Amino acid sequence: MNLTRSALALLAKLFSGATVRWLDCQPDTCQRVYFANHTSHLDALVLWSSLPKEIRDLTRPVAARDYWERGAVRRYIARLFNVILIDRKKIKVHESPPDVMIREIGHKYSLIVFPEGARNVEDEMGEFKSGLYYLGKKRPDLELVPVYIDNLNRVLPRGEILPVPLLSCITIGPPIWLEAGEPKAEFLRRAREAVLRLKEI
Amino acid sequence: MHLLAKPAAAPLLGQTVFNQLDTPTMVLLGVVLLMLAGAYGAVLILRRQPETTVNAAVVRTFSYRLRAWWLMTAILVSGLFLGRIATVVLFGLVSFWALREFITMTPTRRGDHRALFWAFFLFTPFQYFLVAVGSELVGADRDGLYGRLGLAGKDFYGFYSIMIPVYASLVIPAQIAISGDHKRFLERAAKIQAGLLICVYSLSYAPALLDMELVQWQDGEMVPWTDPGQKGEENHNAKLLVYFVLLVQIADVMHYIWDRLLGRHVIAPDINASKTWEGLVGSVLTTALFGLVFTWATPFTLAGSAAMSATIAVMGAAGGMTMSAIKRDRGVRDYGTLVQGHAGVLDRIDSLCFAAPVFFHITRFYLHP
Repeated sequence: MNLTRSALALLAKLFSGATVRWLDCQPDTCQRVYFANHTSHLDALVLWSSLPKEIRDLTRPVAARDYWERGAVRRYIARLFNVILIDRKKIKVHESPPDVMIREIGHKYSLIVFPEGARNVEDEMGEFKSGLYYLGKKRPDLELVPVYIDNLNRVLPRGEILPVPLLSCITIGPPIWLEAGEPKAEFLRRAREAVLRLKEI
Repeated sequence: MHLLAKPAAAPLLGQTVFNQLDTPTMVLLGVVLLMLAGAYGAVLILRRQPETTVNAAVVRTFSYRLRAWWLMTAILVSGLFLGRIATVVLFGLVSFWALREFITMTPTRRGDHRALFWAFFLFTPFQYFLVAVGSELVGADRDGLYGRLGLAGKDFYGFYSIMIPVYASLVIPAQIAISGDHKRFLERAAKIQAGLLICVYSLSYAPALLDMELVQWQDGEMVPWTDPGQKGEENHNAKLLVYFVLLVQIADVMHYIWDRLLGRHVIAPDINASKTWEGLVGSVLTTALFGLVFTWATPFTLAGSAAMSATIAVMGAAGGMTMSAIKRDRGVRDYGTLVQGHAGVLDRIDSLCFAAPVFFHITRFYLHP
């Protein structure tokens, strides 16, 4: 299992040719929420692979159940990199996505989330959904780390199954926290800008 | 029509774990190692000089370059020792990486995705596969499997020399058209075609040198170009490949040195602010002198070797200028900074790419029986 995980990570790294830059943020095993722009099905896998091994083992991407449970291969890969599957269609009262995430990570794991929800089709980054805000509100101790993923949408665009091995770049920026009494819309705008800012650096 | 007899089947164990390289190749590789060691010594000395006498940035650039040369030499030497096929595979990997850098830099649209997939996973490996087959089937049994497939007796030169210009450059626009996006159609097709042509097709001529049957002129007669000490045919051309790569690199360095010493008239300031006409002329002349010195490693005459070296210098400079133009257009300084932390393969092989097909075809035109 461990070996296959490492092999999967290596394969993802080779294919995406990803350069990883840590800006004002160091790899750490403390509990974090990495939130990134979403442009390709490979996002979760590549971001997870680009973390150092000891952190990777403690980090669980959040992904859509309807995509990752289709077909044996996807199910196998999802299990390998320890995905938390979220049902986008049926959201129950005490089973809201942030609740599920918080329950699943306990006091051990970190998360990888894509707050835009669906992958954006245009180049422009979509508005953030509120899940990140509730994560920050219910678990104020989590570091919210912005990540910008560049060029991966060209490696595997929507609707394609064959990847093209271009070089991509992952930039991990300084953590943010939910301020006391900060309104939801205000916080989500600030979080989105934290990701966008990394594009320019 | 092979003048040289095919070597007897190689013994499985013992002497042929590694390929035996002939003496001139070994001498040439020794010269390369000496030059690199000398350059390394120069860097060590320059690093100890006070900041006021030497430009630290220049020394740093030079030592990066030197590291790339060490790596290139290591790849080439290990390839040659492992045999022709291994060399072809190594060049294929370099091509693949260079194409990756090239396409990453050029903006493409969603509709190009399939065409790009074919470029990376069909045309690039297939081109190197054809180069690897080369003339292996020329002596194949006509009643055997290859004979029944109609491949026995075929020299694959006839295929690999046109595969990308004919097949790839027709398939790619067709594939983009099928994908249904007509925006900037010609421009997009041309970008992928140019990437394949420069990074894959042109570079593949370098390892193809290993598979060319050559003659030389002796007393007005054409005789096979062989080394008496060399029995197998396979590595016979290794020294020609080393000669070619060495001279391309020498031409690069000479261009740089002459630019610094005498450079007055910049060729195209908007494209490359440091390349000058004086540097080009100086590089062509000094490279030709080096070519004279290394004539013994080639089937060329003295004048021939000088002319070939001058051609290499001109083509290398042309390659550097062309890639600079593409980089300026895209606003990248060099391919290494395109994506941070990656060594820019394309920066190192641009002159090689432009010189290889010309060197190959002139050599073949004059000296292939």
